[in-house]
Amino acid sequence: MPPTPCSLCHTARALVKRPKTGQQVCKDCFFEVFETEVHNTITEGKGIFERGEKVAIGASGGKDSTVLAHVLSVLNKRYDYGLDLFLLSIDEGITGYRDDSLETVKQNQIEYGLPLKILSYNELYGWTMDKIVEQVGRRNNCTFCGVFRRQALDRGAAQLGVDHIVTGHNADDIAETVLMNIMRGDIARLGRCTAVTTQSEDTIKRSKPFKYAYEKEIVMYAYFKKLTYFSTECIYSPDAYRGHARVFLKDLEAIRPSAIVDIIHSGESFQLEQSVQKGMKAMQTCLRCGYISSNDLCKACALLEGLEAGLDRSALRQTQANSSTAPVGHRTIPMFERYSNIGVAQPTEGIEKAVQTIEIK
Amino acid sequence: MSNSDDIVTTSNGLGYTSNSAAHPESLVKPPMAPTAGEDTIEIKIEFGGGLHLLFSSQPSHKINVPRNIANSEDGQPQPVNMRYLVKWMKSNLLSEREEMFGDGDGVRPGILVLINDADWELEGELEYELRDRDEVVFISTLHGG
Repeated sequence: MPPTPCSLCHTARALVKRPKTGQQVCKDCFFEVFETEVHNTITEGKGIFERGEKVAIGASGGKDSTVLAHVLSVLNKRYDYGLDLFLLSIDEGITGYRDDSLETVKQNQIEYGLPLKILSYNELYGWTMDKIVEQVGRRNNCTFCGVFRRQALDRGAAQLGVDHIVTGHNADDIAETVLMNIMRGDIARLGRCTAVTTQSEDTIKRSKPFKYAYEKEIVMYAYFKKLTYFSTECIYSPDAYRGHARVFLKDLEAIRPSAIVDIIHSGESFQLEQSVQKGMKAMQTCLRCGYISSNDLCKACALLEGLEAGLDRSALRQTQANSSTAPVGHRTIPMFERYSNIGVAQPTEGIEKAVQTIEIK
Repeated sequence: MSNSDDIVTTSNGLGYTSNSAAHPESLVKPPMAPTAGEDTIEIKIEFGGGLHLLFSSQPSHKINVPRNIANSEDGQPQPVNMRYLVKWMKSNLLSEREEMFGDGDGVRPGILVLINDADWELEGELEYELRDRDEVVFISTLHGG
């Protein structure tokens, strides 16, 4: 086949076929359209960032967060967002997996000149994933890891005093989550999983600048830019349900590449009826650790109590603990204080508290 | 447009670091490969995104394949193509879990293929006719975020 010319500059040789549009583009035009589309996601409407914001990039050392750190550094300079960027990594304590990928994050820290904070499950919860798996087995450990990581990111961000966490979730991830929420009937999450920025459930604003970036393009970008990233499968059992959704989505994409943005669009278009919205639980704060929660105890405190009690897999199904004090001798999670360094008076409780805390600057 | 980022890396962009099991410079000649000659061509194969774990943990391979193969319909000689290479890799190079790499005649959805740094979707995919010293890169996108 003769080389195809780039459909944008019409001079250089096309090297990438864009899955979203079918466009055939050269390397330089690919970098430009990829970066510009992320910029558009960031600035659309009111925009996700405010000038002067402190922003933590959730960095795992994997392809998505590595490309995100790179692209955000570039765009912050090119368009003068005025952001103060940080790298925030969570060390789950998985020997031979996370310790290697954290080395990659440290390399990124040097390459991008961004300050790095690493917060470990061990210092926060007193448990590493290695120890958790030893106790609960391989079947359900992803539940622990997911709940603990989400909260750890917020706590790490609070310690850094940042206003905003950005993650490398890409279009494929979001389409996958839309499918999973439909299959699980999780209406509450279906409603918010396609938002670029979420604030309702979290105490700290979270955004996904790669919402419309295809995984294929992220990997191509990393390859052509020769970025340092790390890719190894977690050594513990993968999230089987997500795995199936992922394979299904990749099969769809192979037949019709626009399937991914189409599913995101469907997710965005769902509207909840008022009666459904009323049935959803209001948010409050965990009685034990102060983290935002839909029950008296947040999931992390409930899971931790099960671990501390020496329960095995049944820790997941144990009777709902609801006391504000942990049983004697159990380790607990430190109190969550968003602006502990400023000394703001704590407002009222529940969802109101969450909203007010966010507005205080 | 200038990509005016001043970020310098020494990485190959394939998703492994030098301290991991991968050593890009160590090249393996598999025992089944014919020796290079007039009737064969040399192909460089690289793996990224963790795929090397399926290929004896070697991220880079140099192999020799026949210059011409028999056409499946009329048996006439035709230049060797990607279809042959993928099949050849499955029987000669793959060390484990074939379902993680192959799907029918091709590769599993979610594995990117680049031929001489170009997306193989622009090059005819399985029908691409290989030339001596072509470089083919396979990158898995399936895990790690």
